[in-house]
Amino acid sequence: MTAPLDVSGQAMEAQPEAVLEGAGGKAIEGRSLGQIAWMRLKRDKAAFVGAFVVVFLTLIAIFAERPFGGLIALFGDPPNLPNNDLIDPMTSAPLGTWGGMSLEHPFGLEPVNGRDLFARILSGAQISLLVAFLATLVSVVIGSLLGVLAGFFGGWVDTLISRLMDVFLAFPLLLFAIAIVGAVPDKALGLSGNGLRVAVIVFIIGFFNWPYIARIVRGQTLSLREREFVDAARSLGAGNGYIIFREVFPNLVAPILVYSTLLIPSNILFEAALSFLGVGVAEPQASWGGMLTRAVDYYQIAPHFMIVPGLAIFVTVMAFNLLGDGLRDALDPRAR
Amino acid sequence: MRKTNALALAALGTALAMGLAACGGTAGGGGDKNTGTGNTGTGTSAAKHNDGYTKVVNASDAKGGTLKFAYSDEPDSMDPGNTYYAFNWNFTRLYARPLLTYSAEPGEAGLKLVPDLAEGLGEASEDGKTWTYKLKKGIKYDDGTEVKAADVKYAIARSNFSAELTDGPKYFAEYLDAGDYKGPYKDKNLDNFKGIETPDDYTIVFKLKAPFSEFDFLVANPQSAPVPQAKDTGLEYEKTVASTGPYKIESYEVGKQFNLVKNEHWDPATDTTRKQLPDRIEVQMKQSAEDIDQRLLAGQIHVDLGGTGLQTAARAKIVGDPKLKDSTDNPYTPFNRYAMMSTKVAPFDNIECRKAVQYATDQVATQAPWGGPLGGDIGSTLMTPTTVGYQQFDLFPNGADNKGDVAKAKEALTACGKADGFETNIAVRGDRTKEVQVAEALQASLDKVGIKASIKKYPSGDWSAQYAGKPDFVHKNNLGIMIAGWGADWPSGFGFLSQIVDGRFIKASGNYNMMELNDPAVNELLDKGIQTTDAAERNKIWAEVDKKVMESAAFLPFVYEKTLLFRPESLTNVYVHPAYGMYDYTWLGVKQ
Repeated sequence: MTAPLDVSGQAMEAQPEAVLEGAGGKAIEGRSLGQIAWMRLKRDKAAFVGAFVVVFLTLIAIFAERPFGGLIALFGDPPNLPNNDLIDPMTSAPLGTWGGMSLEHPFGLEPVNGRDLFARILSGAQISLLVAFLATLVSVVIGSLLGVLAGFFGGWVDTLISRLMDVFLAFPLLLFAIAIVGAVPDKALGLSGNGLRVAVIVFIIGFFNWPYIARIVRGQTLSLREREFVDAARSLGAGNGYIIFREVFPNLVAPILVYSTLLIPSNILFEAALSFLGVGVAEPQASWGGMLTRAVDYYQIAPHFMIVPGLAIFVTVMAFNLLGDGLRDALDPRAR
Repeated sequence: MRKTNALALAALGTALAMGLAACGGTAGGGGDKNTGTGNTGTGTSAAKHNDGYTKVVNASDAKGGTLKFAYSDEPDSMDPGNTYYAFNWNFTRLYARPLLTYSAEPGEAGLKLVPDLAEGLGEASEDGKTWTYKLKKGIKYDDGTEVKAADVKYAIARSNFSAELTDGPKYFAEYLDAGDYKGPYKDKNLDNFKGIETPDDYTIVFKLKAPFSEFDFLVANPQSAPVPQAKDTGLEYEKTVASTGPYKIESYEVGKQFNLVKNEHWDPATDTTRKQLPDRIEVQMKQSAEDIDQRLLAGQIHVDLGGTGLQTAARAKIVGDPKLKDSTDNPYTPFNRYAMMSTKVAPFDNIECRKAVQYATDQVATQAPWGGPLGGDIGSTLMTPTTVGYQQFDLFPNGADNKGDVAKAKEALTACGKADGFETNIAVRGDRTKEVQVAEALQASLDKVGIKASIKKYPSGDWSAQYAGKPDFVHKNNLGIMIAGWGADWPSGFGFLSQIVDGRFIKASGNYNMMELNDPAVNELLDKGIQTTDAAERNKIWAEVDKKVMESAAFLPFVYEKTLLFRPESLTNVYVHPAYGMYDYTWLGVKQ
């Protein structure tokens, strides 16, 4: 088993610990698994900070442009509005110190055209998080379904799905993504422009990342299906469908949740990489990777233009990773 | 020029250097404002900003030393017959002399053609279809053998008619009456090439299909430099060019290092336009552009061969330091940067809608990506200020500060029947950051008057073959506006205009008249102009063509491009040659 993460699915039946924690004042009371995990998570400060940042960013992305122009309208210029008056025409750099940072433009201005970086970071956050969440959802749905089927039925089903995973894992994803996004027409499937591009990117990232999650789920399922409670259910006459969804699947929720949280940051990075290479969403829609590409030409005269989106990516990825690690620790104490 | 990119030939432009720098374009400003500032007098050199534009800086006849060039890429070829790179039409003159060349003087005077290998300018026949040049006697190659008329004929045969040498322009193939001649590599017998006749060793007669009054400009390109048939090695010839100029090739390691040494068989008495000051000339290729700037500023190298000027970071440094700024020049390149609106794509088939775009465009915002005033003056015509025949006018004033006139644009929109605006697309070469930034600026301008434009990026490699240069594709994809650029191969109105405005040049692919403007009056004027032998008369016609095309409102000018060139203290005899828009590489010397 070569899962990228050593997430173990046995967290759910680690029963005895539940009793230890509560041995305080009141009568001893059984605790649910969720309560235990929550308690452990609360004690993990790094994870808590991560969770806080994740929630914060998600809210920002949701309310960036809606309702009524959202946060961007509240705090400054629209993301695509040029401010040529605030640019030194001779050098192309923003006027003022720190790349034109001020109360109106807290993150400074883009060189050459003077677009407000604060608005563009927020606008870019929508794209990054939207792509990352949707792509992760696609991977998780496909991956858990196929993983469970492969693990549970074994035999030729397992062989077929496992080889399929190998094929997908061997795919040169980045090259494929560049080729596909470059070849996508302007209008297809009832979508057009950036809507279509986001859909294509989500599809590519999501559709090619499912084997990682499927492998983990398959491994867990392999061990779960031999367990007594599965035998018990079977001896009571339960069918395969019932066993998979009522007996096995609940035990897979924890590893899937942990893995999803850790998949999101890698998807954010992937989206940024695509945008950096010029095959992400199209200008003038802001994206963090796209901003970094632009910044390369001006890093000597306007370093802030590289630092700001760079930090945005860094903080987001870091937060998701902290949260993911915390979740894993909380849900699976033995993996510590 | 066939290709509009910076790699392709940027040459032959400029006129009226000083006069127009002061009033170029509607916003102008760049040229004259700069000369006034930055003069602190602290520099050891007394030269000021833009001095190299009007006079020879650090004039000196001191010989010796090594002149060092660096270049950020590698050229198509160092073979004078096989290069379309702007700087190479300047640089190859060090070892290859064409029949005619441009006078070695700054300012307008430098646009005058003077005899080089030839004894005088071309003599046209009555009907304008035969041009005769006489070679100077006694001109030798670097091996001491004499240059013969047949060598010139051979040079043109190989560069224009062979399938092997693909990089240079093919004007001679287009204009000479040569039947279906296949070039000297397929057909070794030069007598079968009927487009040029050599009645004796010193006479060259060009036979044209149709009268062409600007033929002298064609023989001033390096393709007319003689090549002895016995020495031609095809594509390899770039390493062993038989030199007629003051230098000869010592070695060429392709894409890395190109070295020249003095040619002792060059006779200064036969050459009015070149000097022979440094002992050696070395070119380093494939250097990082930013590294070149730093070494230039530090005085470790003398010239950036590409002649396209300093990068963003070095520019910022120059602007902040008056002393450094005194060591720079800011000449026009032959390029106009503009957009074309397709008259065949709705709603731009209605002139009022085109006018709306003209008025709405914020030309300060579209100037910014080129580097602001240092990168170009705001334009209002097709021809650039350094094209012979240029006349300043502005048919669509877009506000006092050129930032767009929303009221007028809305008026035009109403007249077009689209009072609430419309949707369209802006096509742009996606790998050209500056052009994409221009498209974004244009998009923002249009948004203000209700025109919703989406930006469509296409690769520059197939830009003219598959995308913007393919009318079918343009119509199908509703590409209303296309961002482009153009520089002429020789500094006349015809050289600039014919390919981009002549309705008969609209091609199914590789089309540069992206407006698809086919105005019989324009076509007729072009024909009339090229048959007019009187230069002044001819130039008036070019200006008329310019106005006629601008009246169609399909041509949306952004900037007349400029570069910022740096001349280190150690460089002597520096001036901007108006025909090339960069320093005259044949004049340079170095301080020891």
